[in-house]
Amino acid sequence: MNGAGRGLSLLAGGVYALILAPVVVVVALAFSADNFIVFPPSGFSLRWFRALAGNAPLLAALGVSVQVACAVTLLSLVIGVPAALALAKGRFRFREALTGFFLAPLLLPTLITGLALLLFFTRLRLTATLPGLALGHMTVTVPFVIRMMTTAFATLPHDIEAAAATLGAAPWRVLRRVTLPLALPGVIACACLSFLLSFDETVISLFLSGPRAATLPVEMVHYVEGRTDPLIAALSVVLIIFTLIVVVAVERLVGVARAVSK
Amino acid sequence: MNTRLPLLLLPAAVFVLGIYAWPTLLLLRNAFNEVGPTGAMIPAWSLATLRDVFADGFTLELTRNSLLLSASATALALLLAYPLSLFLFRTNSRWRGPLAVVAILPMLVSGVVRVFGWLAILGDRGLVNSVLQSVGLISAPLKLVFNWTGVTIGLTESIMPYMTLALLAGFGRLDRTLEEAARSLGASPWRGFLRVTLPLSLPAIALAGGLGFVLSMSAYITPKLLGGGRVFVLATEIFEQATTNTNWPVSAVLAIYTLVLLLALLALAQLASRALAR
Repeated sequence: MNGAGRGLSLLAGGVYALILAPVVVVVALAFSADNFIVFPPSGFSLRWFRALAGNAPLLAALGVSVQVACAVTLLSLVIGVPAALALAKGRFRFREALTGFFLAPLLLPTLITGLALLLFFTRLRLTATLPGLALGHMTVTVPFVIRMMTTAFATLPHDIEAAAATLGAAPWRVLRRVTLPLALPGVIACACLSFLLSFDETVISLFLSGPRAATLPVEMVHYVEGRTDPLIAALSVVLIIFTLIVVVAVERLVGVARAVSK
Repeated sequence: MNTRLPLLLLPAAVFVLGIYAWPTLLLLRNAFNEVGPTGAMIPAWSLATLRDVFADGFTLELTRNSLLLSASATALALLLAYPLSLFLFRTNSRWRGPLAVVAILPMLVSGVVRVFGWLAILGDRGLVNSVLQSVGLISAPLKLVFNWTGVTIGLTESIMPYMTLALLAGFGRLDRTLEEAARSLGASPWRGFLRVTLPLSLPAIALAGGLGFVLSMSAYITPKLLGGGRVFVLATEIFEQATTNTNWPVSAVLAIYTLVLLLALLALAQLASRALAR
């Protein structure tokens, strides 16, 4: 029994159609000439891309999102990669328990984390600020980086490191010249996905955003709540293209399915 | 190097303690505060807010809505994710890699974008209503969004990729030779599936189902936007109480209550999975 069989392939095809439907429809709608969400559109134009280029609140939110995502990515790697290295290579007590502790934030729904952070940050006057948003996103990205990089470090071929050590390289030299270069594709993939996670993070951002600082997904939610025109579709196309570039890059580096599941 | 390695954990430990553990404790603490008649928060150590929340019939309704919506979304998603993951597990197409990526695509595309897509498909002037009206099956548009139907469909799609991954992981432990044996002994493909593959994958189904249920219970964007303010679940109420009403004690009580429900459901799924594995 090789392969999937006809019936199963057909079923899977149907499911694929369902998975792709919202994305395909959004892309088509972005080129609509209509004033409202009408599908299929009565005509095609680029008017919603022009409208997008002139929409100050959305562009400002895009700026906020990019700044936050850059800071989040950098800080998450700085905090997460050393921790992952220690967890993967270290032989100390409570290693399992510590791994569980570091990954704990991934267990709580972002709805709960967002609420907890709102209560905490209100006292510190960190709500609706860039540092507040960045710290909020890092509750997702730091554990993510630790989880992904612990696996990446643990699956590196041990013999090359062992060879370098046998040939007299000091531990830090082995790390710098062998381990880190070997892990570099993983680190880059991890950075890409952290950026994407921060950029797309919606629920925590909704709790922590305000008129002074709102990320792009937050502005998009407000826009969809208030109005029904294809502007968000045009914006979505830009975001989907950006996401695809990141996904293809990650797929080339480590494989997406592995990156998101393990 | 080994003795100094644990030092590398320090920044991460400080971060998780300060920005995760401490705020979570603070959330717990807020559940014991009281709400004054003006809506202002009164610091206290009392169970008054807890009592008020559970005396309110609305809490029961929210719980029922959350459970029913999650159950239907999980059931639908299982029906769709199961053949998809079985296909991915068995196919030897050289497109397997890209196909696996497409299967988890919804995880990677912003939730707001996908919800917007569903608005365009299910809306009054959306794809489904346009097609049905143009072939003359209906005269007035069907109400498919801003109600339970829309939220169920949106939730189904958003939890499917996670369940596909969970099922795929479960299939990994499935012994293919067993079904091959059934086939070689003369069982039809369908019979081989029903009598061998399906029973063996029941533990994976239980785990994937638990995961999907928990994810739909804690989803906020989908019920909010596809429900259009007409579908009330625990998640939307927690957000409303925390932001619009700034009623922190009530939102904290509801959040902890939801969390307890989620943990109970996850434990149930684990138990079911273990029982089915025997």
